[in-house]
Amino acid sequence: MPCAFSTREDASRGVDSRRDAHGPFDTSFLGPVRERLVRVELNGITKAFGGVVANAGVDLAVEPGEVLALLGENGAGKSTLMNVLFGLYRPDEGEIRLDDEPVAFASPADAIKAGIGMVHQHFMLVPVFTVAENVILGTEPTATLGRLDRRRARQRVIDLSERYGLAVDPDAVVEDLPVGVQQRVEILKALYTEARCLILDEPTAVLTPAEIDELSGIIRALKEGGRSIVFISHKLREVLDIADRITVLRRGVVVGRTTPDQTDAAALAALMVGHAVTLEVRRRAAEPGAVVLELEDVVVAGTRGERAVDGVSLAVRAGEILAIAGVQGNGQTELVEALAGLRPVLGGKVRLDGDDVTAASPARRRARGMAHVPEDRQRDGLIGSFAVADNLVLKTWRQRPFASGWRVNRRAVRANAQTLVAEFDVRTSSVDAPASTLSGGNQQKLIVAREFAHAERLLMLSQPTRGLDVGSIQYIHTRIVARRDEGAAVLLVSSELDEIFALADRIAVMYAGRVLGVVDRDEATRDDVGLLMAGAVPPP
Amino acid sequence: MTERGDRRRRIVGAALSGARSGALSGARRRLGALVLPALALVSALAVGGLVIVVSDPDALDAWGSFFTDPGRALGESASVVAGAYRALFESSLGSTRAIARTLREATPLLFAGLSVALAFRAGLFNIGAAGQLMVGAASAAYVGFTYELGAFVHLPLALAAGFAGGALWGGIAGLLKARTGAHEVITTIMGNFIALRLLDFALTTEAFQRPGRSDPITEPVAESARLQEVSRSFPVTWGLFLALASAALLWWLLERSTIGFRIRAVGANPAAARYAGMGVGATYLLSMGLAGGLAGLAGTVNVLGVPSFSLTPGYYQFIGFDAIALALLGRARPAGVVAAAVLFGVLRAGATGMQAATDTPVDIIVVIQALVIVFVAAPALVRAIWRVRTVRGAPGTAEGQAFTTNWGAS
Amino acid sequence: MALAAVMIVAFGFGSGADQDSTLVLNPRNPSVEVPDVTVPSRAAPMALGVVCALIGGVGLARGYRRRPYLALGVVLVLFIAALLIWAARGDDTNVLGLLTGTVRRSVPLALGALCGVLCERAGVVNIAIEGMMLSAAFTGALVASAAGMVWAGMAGGIAVGALLGLAFAALSIRYTVDQIVGGTVINIFALGITSFLTARVLVEYEDLNQPGSFGTIDIPLLARIPVLGPLLFQHTIYVYLMVGLALSVSYALYRTRWGLRVRAVGEHPRAADTAGINVTRTRYRAVVLGGGVAGLAGTFFSLDSAGSFQENMTAGRGFIALAALIFGRWDPLGALGAAMLFGFAEELQGRLALLDTPIPSEFLLMTPYIVTIFVVAGLVGRARPPAADGQPYVTS
Repeated sequence: MPCAFSTREDASRGVDSRRDAHGPFDTSFLGPVRERLVRVELNGITKAFGGVVANAGVDLAVEPGEVLALLGENGAGKSTLMNVLFGLYRPDEGEIRLDDEPVAFASPADAIKAGIGMVHQHFMLVPVFTVAENVILGTEPTATLGRLDRRRARQRVIDLSERYGLAVDPDAVVEDLPVGVQQRVEILKALYTEARCLILDEPTAVLTPAEIDELSGIIRALKEGGRSIVFISHKLREVLDIADRITVLRRGVVVGRTTPDQTDAAALAALMVGHAVTLEVRRRAAEPGAVVLELEDVVVAGTRGERAVDGVSLAVRAGEILAIAGVQGNGQTELVEALAGLRPVLGGKVRLDGDDVTAASPARRRARGMAHVPEDRQRDGLIGSFAVADNLVLKTWRQRPFASGWRVNRRAVRANAQTLVAEFDVRTSSVDAPASTLSGGNQQKLIVAREFAHAERLLMLSQPTRGLDVGSIQYIHTRIVARRDEGAAVLLVSSELDEIFALADRIAVMYAGRVLGVVDRDEATRDDVGLLMAGAVPPP
Repeated sequence: MTERGDRRRRIVGAALSGARSGALSGARRRLGALVLPALALVSALAVGGLVIVVSDPDALDAWGSFFTDPGRALGESASVVAGAYRALFESSLGSTRAIARTLREATPLLFAGLSVALAFRAGLFNIGAAGQLMVGAASAAYVGFTYELGAFVHLPLALAAGFAGGALWGGIAGLLKARTGAHEVITTIMGNFIALRLLDFALTTEAFQRPGRSDPITEPVAESARLQEVSRSFPVTWGLFLALASAALLWWLLERSTIGFRIRAVGANPAAARYAGMGVGATYLLSMGLAGGLAGLAGTVNVLGVPSFSLTPGYYQFIGFDAIALALLGRARPAGVVAAAVLFGVLRAGATGMQAATDTPVDIIVVIQALVIVFVAAPALVRAIWRVRTVRGAPGTAEGQAFTTNWGAS
Repeated sequence: MALAAVMIVAFGFGSGADQDSTLVLNPRNPSVEVPDVTVPSRAAPMALGVVCALIGGVGLARGYRRRPYLALGVVLVLFIAALLIWAARGDDTNVLGLLTGTVRRSVPLALGALCGVLCERAGVVNIAIEGMMLSAAFTGALVASAAGMVWAGMAGGIAVGALLGLAFAALSIRYTVDQIVGGTVINIFALGITSFLTARVLVEYEDLNQPGSFGTIDIPLLARIPVLGPLLFQHTIYVYLMVGLALSVSYALYRTRWGLRVRAVGEHPRAADTAGINVTRTRYRAVVLGGGVAGLAGTFFSLDSAGSFQENMTAGRGFIALAALIFGRWDPLGALGAAMLFGFAEELQGRLALLDTPIPSEFLLMTPYIVTIFVVAGLVGRARPPAADGQPYVTS
């Protein structure tokens, strides 16, 4: 479906004829179409950090009115490339051209002025500011003496949000808004600066399936307004749905350019990884045993006093994987923290193998057989400056093989480390190297090694494969299923539906602090789960 | 630039950049870690020399006629600076007595530096060494002059009292941080001022004040509680060995013991330590308590080892800043702190000699020490001055060891 | 409730039965005489104690849902009143003087806290306020003496403060030195240099330490209002500057484009960067501006009434200013209010020392510091600093 418009008449014709098909998106106010068109070209971009080459000689071109998908697995260099385009980084080599004129951006301010807008993966919104304040940041309307013209700002935000169907309340404080709405604010920010080329970095990571459809509609409307759109993702399904053209990056180099009708998911996956990839993990049917973890009406408070978990009851059996699906921010993080003993439980009970551990310390829970792989591996899971060997005994350093009395038995620690590193395929130069020198995948493998090493009764994992390359993801998935088969109870929290459907035996969906439903994986459909994630109960 | 200079710069650069990658062997890394403090010291001495020149009337006079006789200006400046530094080093290292004097100065500095270094490793900023020192010294002195006991009992008791006093004072700040998240920078500084007033008050009470004198000074500590000199010809007290032993003990504690593991973990990443089930608050309390005890010992070895053997108002109240400098210079490692303490001992012991010989005021030492801290705390600054190439890290990383940042997140 | 008990017992019975406390409400040269208020020394505190007991009782019974701090505040005020009455038994004390003294003493604290507001709102933790103030005090005295004009001294002090701000900004922004370490370094450096130069220069050339001082400025007409007049409108320029600056900073921070950007940089520098704001330059500007304000605060010490520079004049006031900053929740007007509270504590302690109280003077001198600890310990968990406070921002 070619979408590049070469003449002005074509463009306006395109807009008018599509208007009825796609809803009330009135783009006429934007002015003569020529000013909205820009052809963006990246030629030979190379960027390295320290010794690591993130992009090597990348060429990219986006035509006006088309959606170009930039596909690649985590670490392939997609975000880096777009950060170069947006002026956050300066390329070591190569150039950027807009409409065939070379430009150089010293900072995002230059890029914004040139008409480039970016919607970031991790929102660039000031949490304590209102929507309007966030939208106007950087291009504020002012009255005399630099005084903020708040009224004009509010009005423009309202106008913009109406025009694009991005409903927001300009006076709402951003940190109180749900994630989907926050993303709308991000998009409004880019539109406010009258961006001609929009970069969307992994926009669907935090959306429910319904919201993802909405986003596709918005993208289509923006495209028809004549904008060039770059859509960064590692999710094959969405890329095939939304993109007009696809460019695949692997290890910083372009390895393929194609269009959706010329390719399919398997081919793209192979391009992304460099070899044929099995997208599923082979697993036996579950044979669940006794109940290991039991939650009864658990209530947990969030950071600002609200009820983040509002009466959750669940049970996880030995030999099964219970996955908690849900968009981030619905209480999953707080629930897992409470189960690990890091957050106080305000109400209800938690039982591990029948023992009440509601108020037990993390050490006690660990002693009873609870293992926990945290969501933020660098902040909570590892001590970067500590050696790999020390990180592996972070929870057990006081116990007998590793310590006698007050003295740490270093030989035992290192021996343990050598064994685990070999067994779990953690690639490191030595067990004495600081953990910060490991790649993301290996760091996660280190944490997994630490938590999986003992035959724990309960394994809790939060977003275990976020930001990892496909190889590491596969490895960790395999190990999780293996532990399940050995009889452990596994509680998995993930916002990636693919991961959930690959691993779960049963799926629970959390929304606004409650569990809306628990379904068997074999009976569940993605649509049903998607509805639950958005807070709606699917028809029976 | 000379070829030798080039080569030296390249080696330094390689050592420094090598020191940053974890893959290097330990020895080369250690060597690299030495280069930066050494350069910082040299820079500080250089700038200190500048200050000396600027405040010396003869040198200024020579610079007045710079354009007519540049040689004289430079020569005069050089001789002034050289003379000052030569006097400094002579009176601190020139004879056995001088070295003994240097080591005597270094002893309390060593304890105080260890105190701050320990706190640093736990991620805490102990600016309260002065206050802890005062409380420790007061406790030790009290035990020293109030009781009459045999030397075997009296001395250890006094030492223990000194440690306990300081530990209590430091522990308060640690407790506040653990329970309420109160930032130890503010609480320890306030603690200093409060301790200062407490000491003033104590020196007016009967329990403390020397009978027969109206000025605030305590009785001298009893003979049985004093730290004796090692030998006539080398007048250093046993306090020095106590300090060195403490340094060794601290090293063992931090690097080889379970407690040290926990302290280092909490200092490196409190969030991860919490996730691993380590009691972060309890660790803060323990660390500040130990650090306070060490600072208390600094005061103790003084009041028990330095003639007059009594307390006066504002006892060693400015040692806190020296202690911070030592900890920074020694990179919070006990061995480094020992070396730094000796260095500062040299500066201190030599200062009076320098003033006597060349009329340079003693306060220049404070300036040099402050400069040392500046240069040590800003490695990038030193690099920029000496034009050493570095390896830039990935974006978003900050250099150096970030100690404490937030105002109350615990 | 406990306070009520103390009040009745200690203060009520502490005074002799027929002693009177006189509360003077006039300044030295009143334009309108306001009669002194004389209260019986025993009965008055007891009465106040009863009132507090009532408040406490209501609190225990019903609980103060809506404004618990208000009740606490009222009780505290009454407590202090009773304390004063007790301390002044058989004597008189100038309450107006107490309040005017409070206003004066809070100047360096408020200005120091404003410096903190500017820096920390932009995301830079500045504990070097003490060092900036000390250096400015020294410079102010020196320049004013040399030039023969106090105004020159003030300008010199501001300049030095701004210069140290620049140095601090460079250290923490460009060289990414940890901000606490950098701040401590500046403090040490300031102490060392001022002491060194005092010994070298000021001792030898005594006339370089005689800057004179600012005179009080009476606002015409308003200064004649009884009680309120002298309290609010009869001060040196510093008090007016303090209020003016607090108001301006508040306006600038919340109502101008500059303020929005500064706050954005302090909360989420990456977001500000991607919105096109130059984080580095914004931070530099804020810190240098803050340094200038701290410099102004410093000149207060040597130029307002002391009339000379003494070694280590600031005596920890820079850190109390930090506590005021936190107490005031990083808001300029809040910081002003908090500074007033600390100023009151200082002034009260001075008064009590003058009156015949059995509390030793050293303990009284400790009060500001103890209060600071209480504030920092009690409040810090609940107040939210700017989110990116203290974190260096590095781009490539």
